[in-house]
Amino acid sequence: MKYIDEYRDQRIARALAAEIASRTTRPWVLMEICGGQTHTIMRYGLDELLPPSLELVHGPGCPVCVTPLETIDKAITLASRSDVILVSYGDMLRVPGSHSDLFRVKAEGGDVRVAYSPTEAVKIARQHPQRKVVFLAIGFETTAPANAMAAWQAKKEGLQNFSMLVSHVLVPPAIRALMVSPENRVQGFIAPGHVCTVMGCEEYESLVRDFRVPIVVGGFEPVDLLESVLMLVRQLEAGAAKLENQYGRSVSYQGNRPAQQIMQEVFEVADQKWRGIGNIPRSGLRLRDEYAAYDANRVFALADVSVEEPAECISAQVLQGLKKPPECPMFGMRCTPENPMGAPMVSSEGACAAYYRYRRHTVAS
Amino acid sequence: MSQARTIAELSCPTPLPARDRVLLGHGSGGTLSAELLRDVFLPALGNPVLTQLNDQAVVSVGGVRLAFTTDSFVVKPLFFPGGNIGSLAVHGTVNDLAVGGATPLFLSAAFIIEEGFSMDELRRVVNSMQSAAAAAGVQVVTGDTKVVERGKGDGLFINTTGIGIVPDGLELSADHARPGDKVLLSGGIGEHGIAILAQREGLEFETTIQSDSAALHTLVAAMLKATSAIRCMRDPTRGGLSSTLNEIAAQSRVGIAVDESAIPVREEVRGACELLGLDPMYVANEGKLVAIVEPSSADAVLNAMRNHPLGQHAQIIGTVNRENRGLVTMRTTLGTTRIVDMLAGDQLPRIC
Repeated sequence: MKYIDEYRDQRIARALAAEIASRTTRPWVLMEICGGQTHTIMRYGLDELLPPSLELVHGPGCPVCVTPLETIDKAITLASRSDVILVSYGDMLRVPGSHSDLFRVKAEGGDVRVAYSPTEAVKIARQHPQRKVVFLAIGFETTAPANAMAAWQAKKEGLQNFSMLVSHVLVPPAIRALMVSPENRVQGFIAPGHVCTVMGCEEYESLVRDFRVPIVVGGFEPVDLLESVLMLVRQLEAGAAKLENQYGRSVSYQGNRPAQQIMQEVFEVADQKWRGIGNIPRSGLRLRDEYAAYDANRVFALADVSVEEPAECISAQVLQGLKKPPECPMFGMRCTPENPMGAPMVSSEGACAAYYRYRRHTVAS
Repeated sequence: MSQARTIAELSCPTPLPARDRVLLGHGSGGTLSAELLRDVFLPALGNPVLTQLNDQAVVSVGGVRLAFTTDSFVVKPLFFPGGNIGSLAVHGTVNDLAVGGATPLFLSAAFIIEEGFSMDELRRVVNSMQSAAAAAGVQVVTGDTKVVERGKGDGLFINTTGIGIVPDGLELSADHARPGDKVLLSGGIGEHGIAILAQREGLEFETTIQSDSAALHTLVAAMLKATSAIRCMRDPTRGGLSSTLNEIAAQSRVGIAVDESAIPVREEVRGACELLGLDPMYVANEGKLVAIVEPSSADAVLNAMRNHPLGQHAQIIGTVNRENRGLVTMRTTLGTTRIVDMLAGDQLPRIC
């Protein structure tokens, strides 16, 4: 398949790995931000190809994993109502809330539907004027334009029965939060290529400057990731800290301006809680006042509950790159994809699920 | 600093209580389905035949070895490129008999129809069943019809049960795989699942992806004619190739190592899977089979498969081993190794 096979080519991948090995003279800790990148690293065993002194730690970029428990609980409350159709991305259905998950609510009679695109939720609202349709609008900057488009479309059509439960997170504030944490070990970042396809590279300049940390915007195929690692190693070994773009076939410096415009029209930046991490100032998006009529929190007068989560699993350390999933005593024992104890074991992009799915033979031995 | 403090505050999800309701994932063919068998069905209904968990039961009646199987079809949409629920209901049951080495003979057909269902569509489904049965050389010899109130069904559900005869001396079973055996696959994976998904979601590609729905008994006959060294056969339907390989690995208590580059996947299917964030290893097939064959006969079986229209793209995709018992591993296109896991429930589309 064109534009795919080249990026999974064994010869190119091995050549890149050899060059990485020859250039690496010291130990370095690199973090890939996005769960999609973690998935590729595990699926293709890329870390097996790297020299042992290079450590890849996995970042917080799994949208399903970092959606706060409160949001899941609110979605479950809404989905349990007989007048509501809750529409969600498929990955969210199995994420455990405090007492249930959306699959279970569905089994109990809740009308929960999976959509590939938020505009499908708008379509469902159009088709069911007597029901209240709520879209669970989560994700990073990648899904934000399409989610914004759904609200914009609903407003344009004057739909009275459509709203969104928004839980949007932004990457640059999360990198900043990781860098200021006293426990931080990360010396170079692979920035998420799909987020940057929307947002461009520009907003990463200040991170590079403020923390003197190299950042390479990377793609999602094995060759993309190996090349990104090589670019970071070159910088680190040379004592440089620059912003570079490995994923040029998709990411421009400016990003996708129309997509950014629709985001700005509909959303504004707000403080945001990240599941497993905590509050990060100005790290999320919420609907603007002009779109209040489409905010499920307001439409259903959902109370701003704060749910206490017991410190059972180590997802916080995993999401900050402080620990690897197999270091958790519950990993593969009490915590599996069938019975996830924490969100990173649920989503296919979650680091724990990726280790479990692709690596538990090496972990066990 | 306050930011540094908040980030160190740990938060974590609460474990959920034990499952008290059936979830959609219990019907997915993954580990939840296996759990349902283990915790509910086998404790109540288990007996030496059922406990083998093959696609068909083989029982002796008056000196004749009968293969016996049943399957229910709840596919949506009812009509899809490459078939419909009627032809599928014939192929599915014929294949469950065929992979046990049986010659399929007779089917039953039970219809659960929702009030208000189009009579024209029902006729089309039934006619297509008849064509599929005639082509497969089986007869529908008994049946049943139930009509449920509007809203209490989903248009049309069909159950078919089939019987066939297994030749003396032929013992195919998912617990027969031995280290050293070769793993053969009859063709490209994921075609049925993607055809259904594309139709259901209204996804359009440059070429229409056809379901691979087909009756496999003549392919099986050709393979059995080539050798008596086939240990087991399975048709990887829901849950895809990965679930079938995992079942064989678990039941035979062996490891299975497959080679990613040897597994055929049509370009259209690969493209659709890339687009949808799905792995073809988990996507359903309705006209493919996996065979575990003694190493010395693998090439003979492969040739027999490739000489049959339904096995033209057959490949040897892997080897049975002693390591990692109960696990399926894959040598990736990069030469690294990873696990091919059984999914818990249905494959969920990824967000980004």
